[in-house]
Amino acid sequence: MEKEEKVPLKKILLICSKANLEDVYAALVMGNGAVMEGIETKLFFTFFGLDAITKKTMNKLHTATTGNPGMRMPGGLPFPTMLGGLPGVEAGVSAMMRKQMDALDIPPVDEFLELITAGGGEIYACKLAMDMFKLTKEDLHEEVKDIITVGDLYEMCDGPGTQIVFT
Amino acid sequence: MTTKTIAGLEINVNDEGYMTDISQWSKEIGAEIAKEEGIELTEKHYELIDFIRNKVAAGDGLTIRGIGKSGVVNAKEFYQLFPGAPLKKATKISGVPKPTSCI
Repeated sequence: MEKEEKVPLKKILLICSKANLEDVYAALVMGNGAVMEGIETKLFFTFFGLDAITKKTMNKLHTATTGNPGMRMPGGLPFPTMLGGLPGVEAGVSAMMRKQMDALDIPPVDEFLELITAGGGEIYACKLAMDMFKLTKEDLHEEVKDIITVGDLYEMCDGPGTQIVFT
Repeated sequence: MTTKTIAGLEINVNDEGYMTDISQWSKEIGAEIAKEEGIELTEKHYELIDFIRNKVAAGDGLTIRGIGKSGVVNAKEFYQLFPGAPLKKATKISGVPKPTSCI
């Protein structure tokens, strides 16, 4: 019987298109984890995901308190959707979440980007979304390497052992 | 558990090559494991190894962020000292268990 050869993961491209705290951190944790393993890593931020690399918004990301069935009160009781809609509740819950993450040594977004690039990971912004939201390079964090098109992105994905993950 | 001869001594290691007895470590053993990983240890490496061993002995978890704030090196220098997978390599060379952290 022919033996199937295993190709180890050599390169990963993570696409983040959402601004929710949990979606952004999923991309950042996976990206940083890949860098830690010595895997060539590229992160591509598009649409609302641009919030994660925009200086003004990056450290103030929110988690949704309405329309989020996973949301619970501290202690595990259900979180009423009506309550989630009150002014300030989402900001408060999000701040609490960020505080809890900090206690676990999970860095804020800007520091996380620096950690990823320190290990050789690369951060990119989507050109189309930048145009749509009328953003310029100056609005983005210094760790963003370039603003690229979808064609540029696919060109970066050559080689065996490459994976693309969309979050 | 298996043993491995490193620097002329019988050392307890697990199947991934991590030392299982932190007290068996010496600078020579560290240097030998480093050589297997393709790294030549410098003073800076030893300084960081000291930091890692002290951290583990104190029961603290290791993260790249924590090492970047150690005052010994920043995160970028850490990646340069132990290229590839720094946390895995550095802990292996330091004779401490493989870290379980995701960050």
